[in-house]
Amino acid sequence: MRARFRSPLGIRRAAAALALGAAISLAACTTESAPGATPNGTAGGATPTLSAVRARGAVKCGITEGAGFATPDDAGRWRGFDVDFCRAIAVALFNDPDKVQFIPYTQEQRFSGLQSGEVDLLANGTTITSSRALRQSFHFGPIYFYDGQGFLVAKSSKVTKASQLDGATICVQQGTTTELNLTDFARRNNITFHPVVMEDLRAAVSALAGGRCDAISQDGAGLATTRTMLQHPNDYVVLPDRISKEPIAPVVRTGDDAWLEIVNWVLRAPVQAEEYGIDQHNAAQFAKTTDPSIRRFLGLEPGATDGLGLDPEWTLHVIEKVGSYKDIFDRNLGPATPLGIDRGLNKLWTDGGLLYSPPFR
Amino acid sequence: MQSAADRRAVVLQGLGLGITAAAAWWLARNTSASLAQRGLTLGFGFLRHPANFEIGDTWWLAFSPADSIGRAIVVGLLNTALVSALGCVLAIAVGFVAGILRLSPNPALRGLVRAAVEIVRNTPLLLLLLFLAASLHALPPPQQALSPVRGVFLSDRGLVLPAVSIGRWTIVFALAAVVAFAPRLRLGRRWWMAPAACAAAALVAAVIQPPVITVARLEGFNFAGGVTLSPELAALLAALVLHQSAHISEVVRGAVLAVPRGQRDAASALGMSRWQTLRLVVMPVALRAMVPLLATNCVSLIKNSSLAVAIGFPDVVSILNTAGNQTGHSIETMLIMIAVYLSLSLLVAAALGRYNAHLLRTGTAIS
Repeated sequence: MRARFRSPLGIRRAAAALALGAAISLAACTTESAPGATPNGTAGGATPTLSAVRARGAVKCGITEGAGFATPDDAGRWRGFDVDFCRAIAVALFNDPDKVQFIPYTQEQRFSGLQSGEVDLLANGTTITSSRALRQSFHFGPIYFYDGQGFLVAKSSKVTKASQLDGATICVQQGTTTELNLTDFARRNNITFHPVVMEDLRAAVSALAGGRCDAISQDGAGLATTRTMLQHPNDYVVLPDRISKEPIAPVVRTGDDAWLEIVNWVLRAPVQAEEYGIDQHNAAQFAKTTDPSIRRFLGLEPGATDGLGLDPEWTLHVIEKVGSYKDIFDRNLGPATPLGIDRGLNKLWTDGGLLYSPPFR
Repeated sequence: MQSAADRRAVVLQGLGLGITAAAAWWLARNTSASLAQRGLTLGFGFLRHPANFEIGDTWWLAFSPADSIGRAIVVGLLNTALVSALGCVLAIAVGFVAGILRLSPNPALRGLVRAAVEIVRNTPLLLLLLFLAASLHALPPPQQALSPVRGVFLSDRGLVLPAVSIGRWTIVFALAAVVAFAPRLRLGRRWWMAPAACAAAALVAAVIQPPVITVARLEGFNFAGGVTLSPELAALLAALVLHQSAHISEVVRGAVLAVPRGQRDAASALGMSRWQTLRLVVMPVALRAMVPLLATNCVSLIKNSSLAVAIGFPDVVSILNTAGNQTGHSIETMLIMIAVYLSLSLLVAAALGRYNAHLLRTGTAIS
């Protein structure tokens, strides 16, 4: 779980809780009026989420603020890695990257927000876990980021590997899988630690800077973000150890297969584009290609993604307006950004990474 | 025989009851239908599952990650209860002193207390809390801890004190001695025999099983052994006490001022000192006006203690949030949260309500 900035306490949480309660108590009136629409919606057919999105003319995307993943720029426009995947869905549906409403959540509010129907999907760094997938009535889309939990420590502490943290005080952000991974790691390695669980990441950062904590533990990408929040980032180092697997994927509600398929294939398109060597700048040239598989992928020949009920050339639009996976990664997280995250596991399978899109055909 | 007005009232009340019941039935039916449609099932079985997370501060009840979620919630509840109980007592004490000082004839003292009360009362509690927590982070690291007395260490890891473990029987007999000393139990001329016997037994128990004092030592990152008062607990307690005592001081000042001036004049005409007037004449009357408002302030202190999660103190809200997030039972944990705060608040209100009834019956002076 990537942990990010938080909005101030209380109000948003209370709002999410109330929204969930109210939605659960009141929602049945709307679902009862359209019996049978939910369970057997077929691809392209009318489904509650898709028809709501079309009627609204915008996708509602739940995000969590954090440098590189979702932050508003000077003009108030949301930018970031997660944000770009939300925009890709908007382009696929409406051919317009601005037809998205971004709803910022804390890690703790997000599931209530999705359950209550406040958003159509979450793209906020949620880790796929079996218990979430099975117990919480969610479906996960394709993995779009591979991460793992690590530690950020002060260089002055002379700690170079995680096993040296015996007896340390470790700050973690609440509402994530972090607490669980950390506890498992400590029990597995027979070390003890003293957790300080903060609701707001900024409180954890100030605790690390003030010396209250010996380390902050979160996902690798989150640590890169957190390090930039410190006043003297160069006095701190991210330890090389990764104590967990954190496959990050978008989340949708269960019972809406057509919507899930749209999320699935739209998120795979940038990966497939990178594999074909297509990017934001050269996409137009590929419109004249004779390669049949690329022609099918770009919708120049019908058939590959007809069942989604989208514009036949949606993949081309997504690549032109948002980009390939490489475009999205380099723009938000890559070495040219303050985060400077290495592609690592997030390289294409052809380059020794884990990114692999099923074929578009 | 019923008048027309009575019959109308019955019909109207019946109608009101019917509408409320129908609304409740409709909400309940919709809720269960929506829960079923979303594939959510309610149940409290998850409370028996292992927690798999660690808790930083534990008082009275030991906790390890292998313990159940239910036990984790109880640990959080004890933390909330500790903060609430200490907070209420301290806030009332500080609030009383501040309220009385605001009525002092010395203008400098009065002004100083007034300025402090106004600043604290008119700024958000969360701000005060974050400020205090950040201030405590400015303390030196454990390697350079301040140690005013041997065995006592003050660092950014908190206040570490030597742990004293006293034998069980010593505690039992000492408590019995205190109880036996109560005025109501002083029966007969030789009443002192019972408490004296208990005290002697406690002494014997202490000799047989002497108290063990463990002094903390610095080991690697932190202190080992001893008792630690964490900076989070200290900051939370200080913020709650400061905030609520500012409110209580206003209650005290208002209640004292509400006592008619003539009573004070009469007391001083009888030659009573200022302190005697306050204690014997003003307070017994003022207390009756004050107690319901003190109860309200205690209840709001309990509810405000849920801000603990902002600075990382594991109170019951913090632990319920973690449990809800890791098991997906957020509705159940929310219900538990409601039940916990409702019962804590009603408990405090009932206790102070009884005290108030006692005051109204007897009207005794505070002694």
